[in-house]
Amino acid sequence: MESTEGLAGLDPEIVARVADSHDEIRRGRSTTPLVAAGLAAASIPVAFAVLATDAFAQGALPTAVVNVLNFALTLEYLESTFYNMGLAASSLIATADLPVFQQIALHENDHVALLQAALGSSAVTSPTFDFSGGSGSGTGPFGNPFADYATFKALSQAFEDTGVRAYKGQVTALQAAAVPSVLTTALQIHSVEARHASMVRRLRGAFADTAPNKGWITLAETDIAGTSATYAGEDNTTQASINLTSLGYTSIVCSEAFDETLTMSAVLAIAGQFIDP
Amino acid sequence: MSGPSGLDGMERLLPPTARRTFLKQLGLGGAALMLPTMLVEACGSSSTTGPAGGLYTLDFSSDTGILNYAYALEQLEAAFYTQVIASPYSGIATNEMNILGDVKQHETLHRDFFKAALGSSAIGTLSFNFSSVDFTSRTSVLATAAALEDTGVAAYNGAGAHIVSPDYLVLAGKIVSVEARHASAIRDLINHEAAATGFAGNDVVNSTTGLDNAQPPSVILPIAGTYITTTITVKNGF
Repeated sequence: MESTEGLAGLDPEIVARVADSHDEIRRGRSTTPLVAAGLAAASIPVAFAVLATDAFAQGALPTAVVNVLNFALTLEYLESTFYNMGLAASSLIATADLPVFQQIALHENDHVALLQAALGSSAVTSPTFDFSGGSGSGTGPFGNPFADYATFKALSQAFEDTGVRAYKGQVTALQAAAVPSVLTTALQIHSVEARHASMVRRLRGAFADTAPNKGWITLAETDIAGTSATYAGEDNTTQASINLTSLGYTSIVCSEAFDETLTMSAVLAIAGQFIDP
Repeated sequence: MSGPSGLDGMERLLPPTARRTFLKQLGLGGAALMLPTMLVEACGSSSTTGPAGGLYTLDFSSDTGILNYAYALEQLEAAFYTQVIASPYSGIATNEMNILGDVKQHETLHRDFFKAALGSSAIGTLSFNFSSVDFTSRTSVLATAAALEDTGVAAYNGAGAHIVSPDYLVLAGKIVSVEARHASAIRDLINHEAAATGFAGNDVVNSTTGLDNAQPPSVILPIAGTYITTTITVKNGF
């Protein structure tokens, strides 16, 4: 029977002994310089590689799992590059907020390393990003988010909320692939993205904790132009064929209490705005 | 079914200080903290529900058992926040009331949803004892809330891979991310001034892997048992 505790249950010393993460980088896993800088700053976890080795012959992850993990890796490249660039930009992030974005960047860099290690030679390389949202034109609607803190925070929220929906949208594919430990690990990333999303949403609202800047998503509301696709369908009030309002709750509560999924194609359409093809 | 011992033994097994430590240590991966005596493999019954009078069985061999496990945890959260909102600690800030009021609504909805979804397969209403919580104390209330939310996240994360139905797995995913949003906000209320990283602190998200906790019922139920006075018997647990 598979362990249900995921990778967090592994003895860190054992993990450290099994593989020195810096080997991963030296082997030339292609990544952007900023991602590489972010990775080099931390000890790279290779617990996922241990997992993969454990469950399969090297390089024998089921194709469906490879596809999902490469999809996730692409999103993590986007997030980690975004935060590493934001932290590198001088005078962008308010001093009081720096620990928040440093902590988020730490996790996103961790996720990149974890997924790269799990995928080994099957890992995709990082795309080139266009954070103006111009699909490579550099002249998209978000301009230069590294010169405008409000835009940086807005994109951060959109990326985190999209990430939550993206991972949630892939759990059934991982379930079908019958690799419980990978599913558990994906869930463990998923809830971290949700912790991030809640914090950035609240930070954007100066911690007044009122809609649309609560930690949770009210209906399909967004105060960020150009992000309606990220929130489409979040106003759903029917779960497992039960009309939740019939239980005596408002549509607002019903929508907030349940997050929704996004398909891989919907997520790629959103992320595609920020990728230079 | 033969003499199940349940979570009500928790009060005897752990003195108050140990219980507090226990909650804190959830974030450290509590395998060593398991209390095997709490969990009895009941035999002779495949029922997920128990007889009237405060005895319920969670049979983890099916999704029904896992959903009832979630229902039990949501009952606990709902009962806690209902009491918090009924008598808020003095000096509660406006944004704290906004957060805790919303969370109460979300958790009671989760509870009512599971009851409706499980229908006749639902376990009954659990009883709780929150005497270890000082509801007049901001510190006590927020610490308990954060522990409950973190526990909920770890519970759903740990149960996901055991769910058979794709629909129920997605459902668990829809709820767990909301629990994580709650955990983030409440942890931030506690820690924001002193440590702005508390929303996803290194005590709950592994700083090397970037992973949240995932724990099996054998770890979660003894923690929940700090407050649940109804006897719960576990069958086919993990």
